[in-house]
Amino acid sequence: MTLEKGVLTSIIGPNGAGKTTLVNLFTGNLPCDSGRLVFDGTEITRLTAHQRVRLGISRSFQITNVFQQMTLAQNLQLPVLARLGRASRPFARPDRDPDVQAEVESLLSDIGLATARDVRAKALPHGDQRLLEIGMAIACRPRLCFLDEPCSGMNPGERAQVQELVRKLTKMRDVTFVIIEHDMDVVFALSDRVIVMHQGSVLAEGKPEAIRNNARVKEIYLGEDVGA
Amino acid sequence: MDGWTTLTKAGRQTRLAAAAWAALAVALLTIPLFGDYVIWLTANMLILALFAVGFNLLFSFTGLLSFGQAGFFAVGGYVCALILLALPSLLLGVIGGVIAAGVVALIIGFLCVRHTEIYFAMLTLAFGMMIHSIIWKWRSVTGGDDGLVGVPRAPLEIPGVLTIEMADLARYYYFVLVLVVLGIFAIWRVVRSSLGLTLQGIRDSESRVTFIGLSVMKYRLIAFTIAGLASGLAGALMVPLGRSASPAIANWTFSAEPVIATLLGGAFTFAGPIVGSFLFYIIKEIVVIFTGYWMMTLGIIVLALVLGFRGGVVSVIQDRLLPLLARRHNDQGGDG
Amino acid sequence: MTFDALVYQGLIGVSLAMYLWLLAAGLTIAFGVLGVVNFAHGSLYMLGGYFAFTFYLTLQMNFWLSLLLAAASGAVIGSIMERFFLRYIYHLDLAYQILLTFGFVLIFADAARIFWGGIPLIPPMPEIFDSTVPIVGRPFPVYNLFVIFVGIAASALLWLLLDKTNWGETVRASASDREMAGALGINIPRLFTIVFAFAAMLAALSGALGTPVRAMTPGIGTSVIIDVFIVTVIGGLGNLPGAFVAALIIGLMKAYGVLLFPDADLFMTYLVMTLVLLFRPKGLLGGR
Repeated sequence: MTLEKGVLTSIIGPNGAGKTTLVNLFTGNLPCDSGRLVFDGTEITRLTAHQRVRLGISRSFQITNVFQQMTLAQNLQLPVLARLGRASRPFARPDRDPDVQAEVESLLSDIGLATARDVRAKALPHGDQRLLEIGMAIACRPRLCFLDEPCSGMNPGERAQVQELVRKLTKMRDVTFVIIEHDMDVVFALSDRVIVMHQGSVLAEGKPEAIRNNARVKEIYLGEDVGA
Repeated sequence: MDGWTTLTKAGRQTRLAAAAWAALAVALLTIPLFGDYVIWLTANMLILALFAVGFNLLFSFTGLLSFGQAGFFAVGGYVCALILLALPSLLLGVIGGVIAAGVVALIIGFLCVRHTEIYFAMLTLAFGMMIHSIIWKWRSVTGGDDGLVGVPRAPLEIPGVLTIEMADLARYYYFVLVLVVLGIFAIWRVVRSSLGLTLQGIRDSESRVTFIGLSVMKYRLIAFTIAGLASGLAGALMVPLGRSASPAIANWTFSAEPVIATLLGGAFTFAGPIVGSFLFYIIKEIVVIFTGYWMMTLGIIVLALVLGFRGGVVSVIQDRLLPLLARRHNDQGGDG
Repeated sequence: MTFDALVYQGLIGVSLAMYLWLLAAGLTIAFGVLGVVNFAHGSLYMLGGYFAFTFYLTLQMNFWLSLLLAAASGAVIGSIMERFFLRYIYHLDLAYQILLTFGFVLIFADAARIFWGGIPLIPPMPEIFDSTVPIVGRPFPVYNLFVIFVGIAASALLWLLLDKTNWGETVRASASDREMAGALGINIPRLFTIVFAFAAMLAALSGALGTPVRAMTPGIGTSVIIDVFIVTVIGGLGNLPGAFVAALIIGLMKAYGVLLFPDADLFMTYLVMTLVLLFRPKGLLGGR
């Protein structure tokens, strides 16, 4: 499988198709039994997850995985510190570091949660936590960012927000998103390219319109609401 | 579960807490007025407080339960003792003890931090006891089960600058006080730093930390080594106090003391282990008067804490006492 | 070391391994099903030994009866631990469960001191075992052979129980997926109590078996638990066959260590553990 820079790709497929497993393999959460992974000319098959993040691959999680006990600002401070290589400073105060603060503010305003900066993550409503999730994935300044069901559990208004956010971030931060999604509206509205997976392998790929009209794709989705 | 609070919530409580700390400071400074027994007891409390704060960095701020901290305490203590027996410089003894403990912590930590919570607890226990058995067996160096006696309470000497005799218990007490405060302050700074934030991240979600590009193992090792250094300092301070070192300080029942002190005072706070250490000794001194079965009492206390009072004393104060006091003052027409 | 000594000491090692195996089996089963590592497991060994001593010597009961009653007492204590204490904190962080069992270690240590005093206790060897059998031309204590037999019999029974019975299947299912097992109607709380009691029984049995050869002191609980932890780490946590193999390795190391490196024998077990940790962190046979 090839993912192209600058091409916003969605990966879709019925449950159990292996979408999350794929992301786990790409990001290093799961080791490969066979095959090779190459990112921008660099072989990454043997690299650990955190090493891949340093190379520019990040992800968000399907089940919200933020630092629940910390405030929003602190949640974003950590990836920024990590990126700047300042996470191990034993006496430096992160909230007094101007570089860190500037980036955190910019991230907060990007995801639209600037007013909630001092709220603890666990006190945020679900939708805002998902936004934070994306924010943290972006904070690493990735070149390739996997979003695992970013809209899960959200109402239509929130989904629109996520769509907007992804479009905005793609433009502003020069990042290529690869999204796993079930919501077909989002998929077809955002994607430049769609990959359909089925039972562990790629069934079809191409432009959204082509996929929408693909007979085999419709077939495997029989019984599921396409575009509902 | 906030690493950033001391005993505070709102302004009123901040002032109450500040007053409490100030009172504590005054009390600590005037301890020598109360005689040798009280001095000795307080010195032990302070040493345990440092020991427990180091443990708590691992437990509450990194999410690692270690049952082997006594091993590093003992390394610090014995190395200090050996140095003091060879050349009477308190400075070298303490520094030597701390460095030795740190090195040992680094090595053992390297083997332990890659494992999950349960394995980690078991392994730290086993390694702690390994140090115990080395100390027990290596008679020629450590004196075996007799330990090392006659360790001089050497003067604090910076050649050419100053020499302070430490034979006087009160003077040594102040030395302990200063170093314990410095040690605890250093860890306080770490907790509030970028490193501290990272460690708390590991406690909250290791997978998240990995996916922002940090090696969880590396940071656990850093935390483990810091805790080892703190334990080593505590051990190095204790040996000249009693002028002896015994294998009991490497036993896992001794490893349990910072654990229980932290639980008693309140895990997941910074002040908890400190409060708990003082309480621990007070309870011990009282209980020992009535019964020889201190371990059973301690065990019952542990059960009670785990089953009902996991927040420890600090949470009782924070969540129940302080609001009560604040409200009462307001009712009496306080300025608020 | 001659071949004779190899065989002789090897058999001693196997008998030592059997104590460790019974302990490790209990710990592993309890962990597999409940997810808890019982730090008081060694204390249960100690209590089993003390109970056996009381039944056998003080109350002058039959040796076999003493063994059985001691094991049963272990089961009773274990079920009390689980039912009235451990059960209330399963929803909490693992650390608290470990701390709770640690509290019991402290209580049991002093309880032993209260009931049996601090001096080492060692009852006389039961008459039927008070003899030796020539092995490679040297007198080998019959009791050690008995212990080996018990260990192997226990393994067989354990395997039968877990693999061939309905109850065993229930246990293995719950170990594999607690929630699903509960959803299928298995009474998980009661199962937990039974499994924990079973593990405690194995520990107490191990201690009871040891009474004629090993003096009981209140401190023995804490030293035994280290050995069991090392065995478990080497064998892989949750891995029953691994525990057996690891117990054999440690038992043999102790036996040969006493001959070859009399001063460093304690250290040998730590060395093996360190090596396993460095090169096969999940245990020799893999674990959880």
